[in-house]
Order: sequence, then structure tokens, then C-alpha cells
Amino acid sequence: MAKRDAVMKKPKDTKGTLLRLLGYMKEFKWIILIVLILSFASNVLALFGPKLAGAAINEAAAGKGKVNFDKVYFYAGRMLLFYLVSSGLSISISVIMMYLSRFIAKKMRKDIFDKLMRLPVGFFDTHQAGDIISRVSYDVDVVSTCLATDVVAIMTGLVTVVGSFVMMVSISPILAVVSLVTIPAATVYTAKMRKITQPRFSKRSAKYGEMNGFVEEMFSGQKSIIAYAYEDKVSEKFDKINDEASDAFYDAAYYGMTMGPSVGFINNIGLSLTAMFGSMLFMGGMIDLGKISSFILYSRKFSGPINEIANIVTELYSALSAAERVFAMLDQEEEVKDSQDANVLDHVRGTVEFENVRFGYAKDKTIIHNLNMKADAGKLIAIVGPTGAGKTTIINLLMRFYDVDEGSIYVDGKESRTYTRESLRKAYAMVLQETWVFKGTIFENIAYGKENATMEEVVAAAKAARIHPFIMRLPQGYETVISEDGGNISKGQKQLLTIARAMLYNARMLILDEATSNVDTSTEQQIQKAMRELMKDKTCFVIAHRLSTIQNADNILVVNQGDVVEQGIHETLMAKKGFYYKLYAAQFE
Amino acid sequence: MKFIFSYLKKYMWTVGLVMLIKFLGTFGELMLPYILEHLIDEVVPQKQIWPVIGWGIGMIILAVFVRQFNVKANRLAVKVAKCSIYEIRRDLFRKSINLSGRQFDEFGLPSLTSRMTSDSYNVQNFIQSIQAMGVRAPIMLFGGIIITLNMDPGLAAILCIMAPILITIVLFVSFKGIPLYEKVQKSVDDIVRIMRENITGIRVVKSLSKEDYEMRRFDDTNTEMARNDRKAGTVMAMPGPIMTLFLNCGLTIVVLIGANRVNDGIIEPGVILAFLTYFNMILMGVMGLNRIFMLMSKANASAKRIEAVVRASEELTPMPESEAAVPDSDDYIIFDHVDFTYDVGETEEASEKFAGQTREKCLYDIDFRIKKGGSLGIIGATGAGKTTIINLLMRFYDPNKGHIFVDGKDVRTYDKDTLHRMFGVVFQNDVIFADTLRENIAFGRDVTLEEIRRAATDARAGEFIEAYEDAYDHRAVIHGANLSGGQRQRTLIARALAADPQILILDDSSSALDYKTDAALRKAIRENHGDATTIIIAQRISSIMSLDKILVLDEGRCIGYGTHDELMLSCQMYRDIYKTQMGEYGNG
Repeated sequence: MAKRDAVMKKPKDTKGTLLRLLGYMKEFKWIILIVLILSFASNVLALFGPKLAGAAINEAAAGKGKVNFDKVYFYAGRMLLFYLVSSGLSISISVIMMYLSRFIAKKMRKDIFDKLMRLPVGFFDTHQAGDIISRVSYDVDVVSTCLATDVVAIMTGLVTVVGSFVMMVSISPILAVVSLVTIPAATVYTAKMRKITQPRFSKRSAKYGEMNGFVEEMFSGQKSIIAYAYEDKVSEKFDKINDEASDAFYDAAYYGMTMGPSVGFINNIGLSLTAMFGSMLFMGGMIDLGKISSFILYSRKFSGPINEIANIVTELYSALSAAERVFAMLDQEEEVKDSQDANVLDHVRGTVEFENVRFGYAKDKTIIHNLNMKADAGKLIAIVGPTGAGKTTIINLLMRFYDVDEGSIYVDGKESRTYTRESLRKAYAMVLQETWVFKGTIFENIAYGKENATMEEVVAAAKAARIHPFIMRLPQGYETVISEDGGNISKGQKQLLTIARAMLYNARMLILDEATSNVDTSTEQQIQKAMRELMKDKTCFVIAHRLSTIQNADNILVVNQGDVVEQGIHETLMAKKGFYYKLYAAQFE
Repeated sequence: MKFIFSYLKKYMWTVGLVMLIKFLGTFGELMLPYILEHLIDEVVPQKQIWPVIGWGIGMIILAVFVRQFNVKANRLAVKVAKCSIYEIRRDLFRKSINLSGRQFDEFGLPSLTSRMTSDSYNVQNFIQSIQAMGVRAPIMLFGGIIITLNMDPGLAAILCIMAPILITIVLFVSFKGIPLYEKVQKSVDDIVRIMRENITGIRVVKSLSKEDYEMRRFDDTNTEMARNDRKAGTVMAMPGPIMTLFLNCGLTIVVLIGANRVNDGIIEPGVILAFLTYFNMILMGVMGLNRIFMLMSKANASAKRIEAVVRASEELTPMPESEAAVPDSDDYIIFDHVDFTYDVGETEEASEKFAGQTREKCLYDIDFRIKKGGSLGIIGATGAGKTTIINLLMRFYDPNKGHIFVDGKDVRTYDKDTLHRMFGVVFQNDVIFADTLRENIAFGRDVTLEEIRRAATDARAGEFIEAYEDAYDHRAVIHGANLSGGQRQRTLIARALAADPQILILDDSSSALDYKTDAALRKAIRENHGDATTIIIAQRISSIMSLDKILVLDEGRCIGYGTHDELMLSCQMYRDIYKTQMGEYGNG
């Protein structure tokens, strides 16, 4: 399972990550400014509270029987008011920041998903679903939690730090310099710790992704795993991955967790030094006792937020690592954009021509060597050949899921790359052997290719695909919810649904890749008529093993090891007694 | 919560140690300011340098201890979190992978995945932070209350009345939060599901140019999730400031009553002042408690979801032989008048998934026997219940009526793994894992490379595998995307043949093979795996016509059972299928 780690490796660029993360907040800069002002105000108000309390107590200090209750009530009333406003402010701040972080999380999730939609098909053939999903379900969550609480804490903390420092300088510049020693010490320390912890946090995120990938893959094969009594072995494998993930977590936290106490320690040292030095100044008659007292009071206020920030910094690092994974995903190379002067393919006639096409999924492994073929509009082209000959690859090229390495494919006389991808793909309806349904009603699944399809159209398509009676037997008919993983519908039925979907879609060209391989013969016979109706006047590319389905093709391409070895109509190919003849005869062995 | 604690139990002593160390650390931390105060108020006015330096060094030493204690406590806490979450995930995975077919369908794959990841992460977060915060907050809260009680019980009474109210609020809100967070986690399920759907169906999505539509669909779910998350977040944001407000109101009352008491000569004014200081401490304590409970709320929702899986009742456990039925013949596989309906589960998830559907009966009175080493072909229309027969034979489900016997024993009496080890099976939607081809074929069983090679050759997979430079060590990528459909099927068949199973089941598993390969495969099975009792489900009549017996299924009912020749005479549907498929021969 070594290569399971589908992490997209990129040089680590913390600053860049941070800047991009800030980029997400840019949009909200005014809101953030307001939050800052609010938190400043609430801090000031909170400072006023004790002052007012002190004033009230001063009044009370008059002693037995001499308390001026009017004044006491006045100050107490003020206190209440200030606390009320301050609480209101802090509720607003935390709610605003919470909203903000959820917005950003939502935006990140959206960005990742939108990105997925723009990635080439090849990406999905090589990356684990679970790892991609964990970027959305785990990494984004880490980032958003950090934004919601930590960013505000850091910002308000900084306000307090700066404020207190100003006060400290005004009391005693010399002492302020002494206590300032802690800042470089803390900075150097956190910078050093960042070097240690950040790679560990990145590893943690990557390991979680890996674990998620494994889990998703194993769950998707759960039935087979049970059937082969493979559970224990798989669980052992999981134990290993789980162990690695737990270790990565421990390793990161082991170092991360020292940050808070250590910075606290530096602060305490600073405090002690200030106290000693201050005492000496006092003894030297350079400062009075009251000033030391208030200086120390402020230096505690000064170090409080630094402590807090040091605690938070760990989370910030882990958020940065998570953000890095999110951004790595967003930096994946997209499907090559349509060229600027790309045309929209409309009024499709449906001629397709392959000219000297060479292609391989990996650069060094050519699958298709030199493919030439021509499909005239409205003709039925069958592609036959032994498994692994490259039939599905041809379809990948037709649909431009992949682009050819050499040579050209012409559609309606023009290089297919001169069309926009969307219009080119829309020109084809496709039914694949790998059926795909999503969680939704049967109606939605059939109507998927055609927006605003009416119920009549959907029913007609379902009837043509011979799936209507089955649907009607379901308790909620077309409104029955089906799902990919629920297993409440058989594979053959899924295939029929997919066919109904294609029938409704009604494009000018049709691709059928083993479209009926899991459908029983009599149903297949029944839908043949509808299929023929569907295929009429359309350019069709059909891959089928049951050669009976393609006997009346206008051109049969016999593919072997990526090359067309024979082509022609059934009769000629049979007469030739070549490769096709052998394939055909094998059916009846 | 109980669920989480059941995992922490084992680490009780460590957790205790963490708390003790943290207690000492926190105590030292709280001591520092008082030493400082003492230094300035008492020592400095004496104007002697050595006591000042002495106290200063004392502070530094204390600071060192505080740091060491806190670091140690934190690290131990992390260790506890690591170990317990490892165990939670281990149990969750084991259970998930062993769920019965019905249970697995009920939870659904996306939800199981997100429980494994997102939920376990929430729980881990909680375990990690509660150990540290769980000490600090109470110390401050109760320490503050005790000190103030000593100073003036009358004034402290105000706090004592307030504290329970505040704690009630926190408990209430955190309780309210659980269902809100459950909703959030459910939206996570939906996010995972839509992402999965799009990742697996990317070709369809792209071919229909539905990218924009899918983005919108995701957007809806994403918005829903953000909304749920905000809702929970808003509720959770309330108690903190509200409690601060309450406490501060309490403080105001303290000042007022304190002024009265000063006026009456009961207390000195200084007491009120000192109260202010400790009030802050209590406030911090309450805030800490608040954070703990908010975290707990989220963790609780997630723990509940994990627990639902881990504690799911063990289904399809072996039945004592005394209760099981006894076969009436010595055939190897017996289906004795079996009826079956896919159950609609009773859990919340299930009722949502199937939204009030009741499923119709899948199999009616299925009855057949296969001799040891014999073979059965099953043919029938899409959705006729062919796969269901396999599901019952391998006991992924139990029949509603009738009995199934394998090797003279009711399948319900077998240990699950013992039963399954008798089989070599290829399902319709079978999976290739991202691993070497060798491991994909061996699939965790102790088979030698020689056996793998033989199986691959029989399955007609040897040829393409050995064409790779690294042969059996060649890696399949995710879902076998670097293999063609036919290559995948042949690899899967090799997997089924590899351990020389007593029972071989091929469920429509040669659909992507060309006829030539299919025929060669059948020949190899006949010659090299003749001892295996074989069940083949196929659409092609040629795949099954030479088998001992053939079962023709139509909408869950057996409408023909016998040899090819018998069925040609007796079964209209079989004859029709034959004609449509083999009629080709005449034309050719």
C-alpha cells in the first residue's frame, strides 16, 4: 500500500499559504475591520468595568453609616450598563466571526468541488476518492475552526499587547526594555518550533487523507471482503494505517503542546526579571513603589495575550498544513482550456475521422499506435476486439476525456480540439458498461441529461428502455429514491436506467460501450427496436461482445493491441476468415 | 459520552496522573502572581537586595517547574487521546467492515466513511483538550468560590447561588447543541456522498456537460451544511457572553450589597476590593467550563454516531446446531423452498433512505439441489433475483422462509468466515483495490505465487499480467482504472479460483470478456476446477448450457429447472432466450 499516499507533492511554501488564506478573508476586510473595532471597544469597556467598580467601592469605603448610596447606585448602574454593552459586543463578535469562518469554509468547499469539475478525467483515475474527500471534510474543517476562534483572539490579543506596552513605556522606559527581552526570545522560540512542528502537522494531514482513502476504498469493496473472509487481514492493514495516523497526530501534538507552556515560561522569566530589576531600580531610588506595582500589572496584561497566542499558534500551524492540502488540490492542472477561438459545435452532422492517432495514458506506454478510421454521418460503427485491445480508449479520445498524443480526430470536418469541449461532448450520448446513478428519484436519474424534461418524456424513455414496468412496481414509482451504494436496484436495472437517460438525451452521435452487458437477452431484444429507433440517422459507436448486436454495422473496426487490424462489413470480414472470423466463431465453441 | 469514557477507562491512571500534574502546574501558575505581589508589597520595602534576588530566583525556579509540569501533562494528555482514538477507530473499522448487508445499506457508505474520519476527529479533539481544561477550569471556579467564602460568606452566597444557575445554563445549551451537531454531521455525510458520486461518475457528468449542474447541486448541500453549522455555532456562541454578563451582574450585586454591609459595619471596604480580584478568577473558570461543554456537545453528537455503528447488534451470528434445520438429502448445496424479501431497516437512517418504501418479495419458493462437484447455471431477466440467491447462499441475508444447506449443514450454523472460506466468488460490481495484482488475487489468503499463477492462467489473466515487466507485482490503481473492463474481470476470476474453492460462484462476471476468452475460461474451469461445486449466473446461454442443471428465474420465481435439453423441451422462456442468442449461428 505504499503508493496509497496520493498526496500531491509540492514544495512547502508557508508564506504563500498564509497569503492565500488571507486572500480568502480579503473579501470580508470591512467586516473584519468592524470586528476589530468592536473587540477593541469591548476590551475598553471591560477595562472600564473594574474602574467603575473601584469607584463604587471608594464610595463605600467611607465606612459604617457614611456610605453615599446615591453614588453607589449611580456607579453600579453604570457597571451594569457597561457589562450589558460589553456582553452584547462579545456575542456579536463571536457570532460574526463564526459566520465568517463558515462562509470561508463554504467557499473553500465550493472551490474544491468546482475545481474537481474542471479537472481532467485522468485525475480521477489516479487519485483516491477518500483522500480528495478528506480535504473537504477534514482539512477545511481545521482551517475554519482556526479562523473562527484563533484569528480574533490573535487580533484582539495584539491590541492588548500594544496597548499595555505603550502604558509600560510611559511608566518606565528602562523596565519596558527589560520586559521586552521576552519578545525576541518568544519569537525565536516559536520560529524554531514552527520548523519542527509544521512538517509534522503536514504529515498528520496527509496521513489522515491516506487513512480516509483506505477506508473509503475498503468500504466500497465490503461485500467482497466479507465474501473472502478478508476482514481480519484488512483490519490488520487498517491497524497499521491507523497507527501511523495516530502516531503522526501524536508526533505533531507532542511538540506542538510544548509551545504554550514554554512561551508562558519565557513570560514568567520576564516577569521575574522585571520584578527583580524593578526592585533594584526602586532601591536605587529611580522609581517609586506604586509605579512598579502598576508596571507589573500592565506587564501581566502584556504577557497574557502572548501566552494565549502561543497556545493558539499551534492550531494556526495545523491550520496552515490543512490549508496547504486544500490549496494543493486547487493548484492541480485543469483540463486544458478551450482555445480562444474554439467554435461551438452545433447542427452536428456526425462525421468523425481518426487520422494517424497515437495515444498512451503514460507517455512511455503507447496504447494506440496509429489509428485511422472514418465514420460517415448516420452510420453505425462497431468496435470489436479482444479485451484490453484499446476499445474504451477510443471512446476516451472521442469524448476528449484525454487528448491524442499525435494525429488528429476530425468531427464534421474540423479538428475536434477546435471545438469547445462542452459542445463536443454534448454532441454525444453515451451509455457505458460502468453504470452510474446518484441518490435521487428515478425521475431525476433519467432526466439527468435533459433539463426541464417532462414526466411524459421520462416515461416514454423508460418505456423504450423497458424499465417502465419495473419502476411502476416500486411503491413510489418514478419518485422512488435510489442510490449508488444502497444496492436497492440491480446492475442490469441500472443499465436500463442509463439507456433511458441516453434515449431522453437524444444527441446526434451515440456511444454504446457494452451498454447492455448485464441486461438479459430478451430484454435486450426488446430494447433493440427502441435502440435502433434511437440510433436511426445517428452516428453510432458501438462496443459489444455479443457480435449479433453489431452484425448489421456499416463498418466494423477490429481492434487488436491498439491498431485496427481489419475493417469492413460483417460479410466481408467473415469471408476474409481473419481475426474477426476467429472472434466470431469463438462464440459458439 | 459514556461511550467515550468507556475507552478512557483503560487510561484512568494516566488521566489521573495528567490531572494531578496539571493540577500542580496550574497551582504553581496561580501562585506566581501572589509571590510577585508578596515580593513587591513585603520584600521590596525592606530595601535589601539579597531577599529580592532570592525571591526572584525562587520565581524562576517555580516557572521552570510550571513549564515542565504543563508540558508533561499536555504530552500525556495527547498520548491518552492518541491511544483511545486509535482504539475507537480500530473498533469502528472492524465493525463497519463486518456489518451485515442490511446494516451496511442502512448506514450507507458515505456516512460510514464520515463517521470514520470527521466524527472520530471531533472525539479526538475533545479527549485531548478535556484533560487539560478539565483541571484548570474547576480549580479556578471552586478555588475562587472557596477563597471568597472564607472572606465573607454573605457576599459569596451570591456566587454560590449563581454558580448552579450558570452550570445549568451551560448544561442545557450543550445538551441542546447535540442534535444541532448531529445535523451538521449528517450534512457532512451528504457532502461526502455528492463528492463520491461525482468522483465515480465523472465521465457521465462530463459527457453530459453537467458540471455546472453538479456545482449547483453541491452548492445546495454545501449551503445546507454551512447553515446547520452556523445554527449550531450561533447557539454555542451564546452561553459564554451570557454567563459573563450574569457573573458581572452578580458582581454589581456584590458591590451593592457589599456597600450596604459596609454601611452596617459588617465588613471592611477592602473585602469588596479583594472580591473583585477573585471574581475574575471565577469568571475564567466558568468560561473554561463553558468551552469544555461546548466541545463536549460536538463530541457527543459524533460519539453517538460512532456508537451507533460500534454497538450495532451483531447480525447473522451462528445459530446453535440444535436449533437449525436438518437437510433431507446429502446434496452439497440445497435451497429448500426459500422465500426472501429485502428488509426495510428500522433505524432512522434506513427509514430515510427508503422513504417509506416496502420492498416486494424478491424470491418465491426457490428450491434446488446441487451435488458435490456439480454445477448450476442461473439465467433470467434483469432484476429477477439471480444475485439474491448468491446473497442468501453466502448468508449476507437470512431467508424469510425455507432453509439453505451447504455441505449437510444449515448455513446459519456456520461461523461466517468458515462459510465464506469455502467460496470463490466474483460479484457483479466487484472491486479491484489499489494494490499489486498478486495481492488482488491472493486477497489476504495464504496462496503461493505458483497457485496465483495457475489461477491467473485458468482465468485467462496470466497472459496480460505476465506481459507487464513487473508481472504480478504490477500495481492496479484505484478501482483498477489502469485495467480494461475485461482485464478487471479476469483478475477477479483469478481471485475466485486462487484458493481452489469448494464452491465457485461467477455472477455475470464474464460480461466484458469476448466469446473466445469466455470459452477458454470455461474450459479451464471445467478441466482444472472440476471438483468445485459451481454456480454461474450469466446472460449468455452459451456460458451455462453445458452445466449440470439450469435454473430459469422470472421475477423471483423459478419457471424452469433442469438440464439444457430438458429446458429446451419444457421451458418456453429458456427456448426463447436460446433462439434469440443462438439463432445467430444459423445466420452466420
